[in-house]
Amino acid sequence: MQTFDLEAQGLRNLNSALHAQSANTNQTVWEVINPKGSHAIAVGLDAPIEVNVRGHTGYYCGGMNKQATINVAGSAGPGVAENMMSGTVVIEGDASQYAGATGRGGTLVIKGNASSRCGISMKGIDIIVHGNIGHMSAFMAQSGNMVVCGDAGDALGDSLYEARLFVRGSVKSLGADCIEKEMRPEHIALLTELLEKGGCDAKPEEFKRYGSARKLYNFNIDNAY
Amino acid sequence: MKDDAKGAPRTVPIQSATFTNPINAEIRRAAATGIYDIRGGGAKRKVPHFDDLLFLGASISRYPLEGYREKCDTNVTLGTRFAKKPIELDIPITIAGMSFGALSGPAKEALGRGATLAGTSTTTGDGGMTEEERGHSEKLVYQYLPSRYGMNPDDLRRADAIEIVVGQGAKPGGGGMLLGQKISDRVAEMRNLPKGIDQRSACRHPDWTGPDDLEIKILELREITAWEKPIYIKVGGTRPYYDTTLAIKAGADVVVLDGMQGGTAATQDVFIEHVGLPILACIREAVRALQDQGLHREVQLIVSGGIRSGADVAKAMAMGADAVAIGTAALIALGDNDPRWEAEYNALGTTAGAYDDWHEGQDPAGITTQDPELMKRFDPIEGGRHLNNYLKVMALEAQTIARACGKNHLHNLEPEDLCALTMEAAAMARIPLAGTDWYPGKPGTSF
Repeated sequence: MQTFDLEAQGLRNLNSALHAQSANTNQTVWEVINPKGSHAIAVGLDAPIEVNVRGHTGYYCGGMNKQATINVAGSAGPGVAENMMSGTVVIEGDASQYAGATGRGGTLVIKGNASSRCGISMKGIDIIVHGNIGHMSAFMAQSGNMVVCGDAGDALGDSLYEARLFVRGSVKSLGADCIEKEMRPEHIALLTELLEKGGCDAKPEEFKRYGSARKLYNFNIDNAY
Repeated sequence: MKDDAKGAPRTVPIQSATFTNPINAEIRRAAATGIYDIRGGGAKRKVPHFDDLLFLGASISRYPLEGYREKCDTNVTLGTRFAKKPIELDIPITIAGMSFGALSGPAKEALGRGATLAGTSTTTGDGGMTEEERGHSEKLVYQYLPSRYGMNPDDLRRADAIEIVVGQGAKPGGGGMLLGQKISDRVAEMRNLPKGIDQRSACRHPDWTGPDDLEIKILELREITAWEKPIYIKVGGTRPYYDTTLAIKAGADVVVLDGMQGGTAATQDVFIEHVGLPILACIREAVRALQDQGLHREVQLIVSGGIRSGADVAKAMAMGADAVAIGTAALIALGDNDPRWEAEYNALGTTAGAYDDWHEGQDPAGITTQDPELMKRFDPIEGGRHLNNYLKVMALEAQTIARACGKNHLHNLEPEDLCALTMEAAAMARIPLAGTDWYPGKPGTSF
């Protein structure tokens, strides 16, 4: 295992070393110590490596990740795993705003709570939150799946496209064009798989599904209020 | 008018200057449809512009350079502040961001071809990077937009620069819309949305809010791209002094400032015509911000919005810009709004030169469309050749003016080379009114 002291060695050296890893690297496991809330930790990775961050991270940890598995043994600042393409990011603590924003693939697991705008404009990522999510989550979410084992804040799924949202607890309010939808067997099967992937012990039957009413898909003056 | 039956003179009918025929027509259209007008392009209203400025030229007090012969350079380097690999351009006229989706693939290819032949850069747009564009653009600027359609780290690394779009001149504060009729299978796939629906582009970025966040976002982009790429920040002309100051503070290598004459693919007409500033009112304020930060020329300024000729290029640069960008003019050079298609423009209820319903996808010139049959009308090789010709003419025109002002590089043009024809232009551009040494608001004078 490679151990990298972020405080001593600096961000540029860390990301440069991680970017240098290829598909065939034998340096497959990395440990980052002393992150101390630094921004842009392990961004733009593109190799099947594992990065374990021992502590809290600042903005955009794991941003645009491809292939790598990034574990944060702490809480994550805004925009964790933003625009992730593939791979896995796991946050042991809580996540701040915009978690998984615009993510196109891969899996983001947040074992605590996520703040506002979780999954904003998501485009294919799977996001599994063990706790609650804040307001305006899944705003303009295009595709992918979001699983919330706790409660959701105001305006869930506002201006939603084709992303699927599963919430076990309460939803404070639904955003424009977001409605509750029938939970069919294929959704139970999908949710079972997502819960297993996220390490959640919740039962799929406890969840409700939310999706787009598709009334905003084509411009209609009656919706322009 | 004839006299009435009793021989008394009649009142001459007078059209209202407030309720003009076009205004009345719009009222009738709104009353009939209940929908506001959406169109492409930039502000059509007359605003103070580069036409309201003149160059003074040389005489006894200034020494000119010989036209055609004496050296007058046009090159510019963009991104010298932080980027490891700044962009070197032969001419200071770049191609502004226009999306694949709004434009056809062949049109994007033509922009790349023309820009490359002329030694300048082109820019992607909302919708991601196409192979046509990357393949034919020697220098390609990759836009980082609120929608993040098509955004991925591989294309970030394939780009020569990254332009973070905060706003644009046609609609500062507004998002975008690509109507369903232009959403082909390919466009839908690139944007990760169903075919045929109206695609909204958000008006604000999803994962940062203010300039402090933007500074961290730029750090992330630089880390992903190993600090190689120049980072541009594009803003619409609204509060140019403060926006430029904040862009510098956030870490921009280049500030792109777009006036209200700058085009859009589709926005409400009321937005285009009533929000934002003419580019003439923006440039000196942005330059003042750069100077106040001690970074004029180290952070480069690109201005756009109504650039049409080498004279406009020279005037923008004399006011302190490092380069300009063109969009609408580039489309016209490709063949947009060409009178050869007049009969078809008429069939669409318009005329060549006025066609602006680019969002409807029925462009007779085959440029702002995704219709395969219309696209066949446009030849990207010929289009690229025309764009190259046009860019070269603009550069030659700008050189002609610079030589007449005694300057051996376009960057040596300065405000003292200019005078203003109107009070408005003098005030906005802080250029003395012709025949005087005064402009409204000049320090030490009263108005």
